[in-house]
Amino acid sequence: MHASLPDANTLIAQLAAAIAPNLTPETVIVGIHTGGVWVAERLHALLKCATPLGTLDISFYRDDFSRIGLHPQVKPSTLPVDLEGRDILLVDDVLHSGRTVRAAMNELFDYGRPATIRLAVLVDRGDHELPIRPDFAGLTLTVPNHQNINLSRLDDGHLTLSLA
Amino acid sequence: MNPQLNQDGGLRHLLTLDGLPRAILTQILDTAESFMDVGEREVKKVPLLRGKSIFNLFFEPSTRTRTTFEIAAKRLSADVVNLNISTSSQTKGEAILDTVDNLAAMHADMFIVRHSQSGAAHFIARNVAPHISVINAGDGRHAHPTQGLLDMFTIRRFKGDFHNLTVAIVGDVLHSRVARSQIHALTTLGVPEVRVIAPKTLLPTGVEQMGVKVYHDMTAGLAGCDVVIMLRLQNERMKGALLPSAQEYFKFFGLTPEKLAYAKPDAIVMHPGPMNRGVEIDSEVADGPQSVILPRVTYGIAVRMAVMALLAGGPSA
Repeated sequence: MHASLPDANTLIAQLAAAIAPNLTPETVIVGIHTGGVWVAERLHALLKCATPLGTLDISFYRDDFSRIGLHPQVKPSTLPVDLEGRDILLVDDVLHSGRTVRAAMNELFDYGRPATIRLAVLVDRGDHELPIRPDFAGLTLTVPNHQNINLSRLDDGHLTLSLA
Repeated sequence: MNPQLNQDGGLRHLLTLDGLPRAILTQILDTAESFMDVGEREVKKVPLLRGKSIFNLFFEPSTRTRTTFEIAAKRLSADVVNLNISTSSQTKGEAILDTVDNLAAMHADMFIVRHSQSGAAHFIARNVAPHISVINAGDGRHAHPTQGLLDMFTIRRFKGDFHNLTVAIVGDVLHSRVARSQIHALTTLGVPEVRVIAPKTLLPTGVEQMGVKVYHDMTAGLAGCDVVIMLRLQNERMKGALLPSAQEYFKFFGLTPEKLAYAKPDAIVMHPGPMNRGVEIDSEVADGPQSVILPRVTYGIAVRMAVMALLAGGPSA
């Protein structure tokens, strides 16, 4: 099956429109490496968010470290502002098991105690394994377990969703 | 087969930098970079090694090295046990293995070993269960790989890359386990010119075969250098026939502002510490703008966290 997926940029624009009424002056947008950062960068620009963008690499918080070891390319996490009392908008590309989001939340709390955390994802593909649901989803669909949804970025910055 | 690598080419033990491929060295340095910010956060810990037990086995005392390993392990959420074992009761290999077996029975996951005898960490690594990793924290005159990695991390942070550098290692190369690790790492990471500067009596025979250029004169050796690594001159070396006196040594090989002027203007000066001021280094240089001696404590923790994280993850070999 090679179903055509909606255009990622259109989805991001819709996502931004849904998020906009919920933005507060305390909002900090935080993207999860790697695809989540790409989406977060777009949202950050579209929403004209005044606070600098944060990025998280959750490699040090993964629950499968004992089985598969450290991710070969760990990137530094950068959270440019104090998270104490902030409203975090956590951004990822695809929500599947929910384990990445759990790891990301654990990491966020090691930087401080945010007031709220909301989750925005480009695609919610179901098959959650944890009680974690998005507050904002660009697209919700069901995909057979053996298939993967990937977000890729071309050199010119163009984002594409694909099913493989 | 390299005893430090597992079947998939990943890191299994860290015993020496000799023979470690560039990909592994780069992976350690990249991972250390990611650990740098953990020390700046409100909670200075990541949960990576939760439930793992790390034993600091120090057959030779070294508070500084042990403390850095201890902090690194604790920042990874491991449980740490420190053991200072007097060498007098541990001279024989069987006695070391008895200790190691006892600790393995206490569910050890990693041993950090320091010993005055070269090869001690290798010996323990050959005799541990498959799930246990060994890190060499200094064995005799042989190797001190995490110190060597720390130096590489420092150079990369200040110089960005290794490919256009001239690096000079100055001082007691003969008795230095750090110098060997440094030479191996610098060469593997692609430094085109590694120099050693020392009196003949403080150089091992055949040092040229390690791929270094040998100088016995500071002005010639330092000319055009980007990085100057000073080695500590052990006081006990002064008593033997190797050197006439500390003053004499300082006159010819001590790093003074005048001698440093022969290196590039933006050259950095490194020293593994603790420094003998007025013997191998002048205070004016040690405390000067080109010295990168102090930031290295935080670097040392990040580098050791990286090594432990890479060793402890994944299925046991």
